[in-house]
Amino acid sequence: MLGKLLLQGALLFVLVTASFASGGSELPLKHADINLHDQARLQRGAKLFMNYCAGCHSLKYMRYNQMAVGIGLVDDDNKLDQSLLIQNLIFTNAKPASSILSAIDIKASQQWFGVEPPDLSLIARQRGADWLFTYLTTFYRDDDRPLGSNNWLSQDVAMPNVLANLQGEQVAVMGVKKIPWDGGTKDIEYIKHLQILKVGEMSEQEFNSAINDVVNFLVYVGEPVQLQRKSIGYGVLLFLLLLAGVTFMLKREYWRDIK
Amino acid sequence: MKGLSNWISLRFPFQRIWRTHISEYYTPKNFNIWYFFGSLALFVLVNQIITGIWLTMYYTPTVAGAFDSIEYIMRDVNYGWLLRYLHSTGASAFFLVVYLHMFRSLLYGSYKSPREVVWILGMLLYTALMAEAFFGYLLPWGQMSFWGAQVITSLFGAVPFVGKSLMLFLRGDFNVADATLHRFFSLHVIAVPLFLCLLVWMHIIALHEVGSNNPDGLDINKLKDESGKPVDGIPFHPYYTVKNIWGLVVFLIVFLGIVFFFPTMGGYFLEHANFLPANPLSTPDHIAPVWYLTPFYSILRAVPDKLMGVCAMAGSIAILYALPWLDRSPVRSIRYRGIFSKIALSIFVISFVGLGYLGTINVTPLRQYLAQLFCVLYFAFFLLMPFYTRFEKTKPVPTRVT
Repeated sequence: MLGKLLLQGALLFVLVTASFASGGSELPLKHADINLHDQARLQRGAKLFMNYCAGCHSLKYMRYNQMAVGIGLVDDDNKLDQSLLIQNLIFTNAKPASSILSAIDIKASQQWFGVEPPDLSLIARQRGADWLFTYLTTFYRDDDRPLGSNNWLSQDVAMPNVLANLQGEQVAVMGVKKIPWDGGTKDIEYIKHLQILKVGEMSEQEFNSAINDVVNFLVYVGEPVQLQRKSIGYGVLLFLLLLAGVTFMLKREYWRDIK
Repeated sequence: MKGLSNWISLRFPFQRIWRTHISEYYTPKNFNIWYFFGSLALFVLVNQIITGIWLTMYYTPTVAGAFDSIEYIMRDVNYGWLLRYLHSTGASAFFLVVYLHMFRSLLYGSYKSPREVVWILGMLLYTALMAEAFFGYLLPWGQMSFWGAQVITSLFGAVPFVGKSLMLFLRGDFNVADATLHRFFSLHVIAVPLFLCLLVWMHIIALHEVGSNNPDGLDINKLKDESGKPVDGIPFHPYYTVKNIWGLVVFLIVFLGIVFFFPTMGGYFLEHANFLPANPLSTPDHIAPVWYLTPFYSILRAVPDKLMGVCAMAGSIAILYALPWLDRSPVRSIRYRGIFSKIALSIFVISFVGLGYLGTINVTPLRQYLAQLFCVLYFAFFLLMPFYTRFEKTKPVPTRVT
């Protein structure tokens, strides 16, 4: 009984610590270039997501058809092009109006990774584009980890390096530095930088651009309405500026006789 | 039309109310920019109520459904995102406007006799508004919603003897959970808004009974013309209605600019961590309330002892109620006060903003000292007020407004 409890407690501890990137690392974030008007780029991002991420991660607050219209999979009448969507981006038996759900078995995934792969609908709003871009480009080989990879930004993260065949084999170049310790000093190892040893299917530049695409796509998924929001906003502000002029003149007219 | 208006007037005093409070309510003619914020606060309250009514139509107050229902509003409800951003930005705007409104009062001594009741009712409004914001913040059921509520309700656990039972009573469970969410929802959409509306009405009635103060802090009713109207007063309508409409439009340019272009305000109006659903098993590294409550949160953290911290925090709000009796200055407005009052008010503003900023970031030893210093200055502003306001040399107040 006690053993089981302890085991559960330990499991819980591992789950909790594994599920959250520590954030303690001081790595400066790389800048992701975000442009939601670029539909070709959104489509490339969606393609990469469906091929490399959707196996484990859901976008449960996004529907396939909503996404397809948002990234420009439309016919000449600006209506959803269903066949284009179904043939290229739906790999499960989901209907176009379904939420984008991963087919992964949650119980099994908890056994494999120690944590259920998080839903990514709002990840860009939570972490920000720069964090995601830095995170996805700083995986490196680490034979001490259960799945053979680690991440510089989010140390000991549960996610394996699924993009390794695109990026190639990236390793961490370690250095040693002294830190104050118990009155004296102590040597600790730290990551100086990452280096690609064996190039993958993509060059470094192509890979960074592809990751930027998927981050761009996730920024769109975080708030699909943002382009519409801004375009309405310009109209509203223009109207208000005119109204401010009119109401100011009205005020001045009334106040003319107040000395 | 005239017949109908007479028929109603015999049965309901609409015309009398209009005259007393709008068309023949005499207002000092020298109001400056600081006097916009009262009417703006009323506007934001109406905005919160109207958008709140629509949000309530789509929101689900359960642990299982709350977070999902917010995203449903953001994505599937037509213009649901606009309703939500108007409401979330409205919450921050409400506090911003109220803080400026209260600062106006400090600046021109609007709380001084005979407006003590106006001030007390305003303070009750402010306190109720903080409760309203706190209850509402739990509803999206994000990480910060959950942990914020967890921290604040746990403060009641610091009360001697009855603390634990009080905490249980507030939460309705041993933890912030379904029961808590349900009761916070009820308080947020019914109890506190009703109380707020009642208080707003009383605040305005009390103000109109004694008349508005002005940047010179003098009483316009002392000098009247032959017809009995104040020489320096003008009817609220049409003069201040048209002026306030212009002020409202300018406010809307800023407000809607934020709603349409910066709805999260870089994490200050909608916090990044709140886009992650509440997880009782994972405490965030850094728990902080939304910006408008951070000055008090800083005071709480600045005191090392939990119970004393809670007392200091409660005291920092309670002491504001005593303001009309702490101020012994013979003049109202800062324009005619002495140097001590001016220095004290400046220090107060710096320490309040400083505490607010420190409350949004992590504690380090240096920041802790700074927070403690600001905390002392905050209280010193009030506690020393009876002395520095009485002994400083004031300037003579003119008989007419400038």
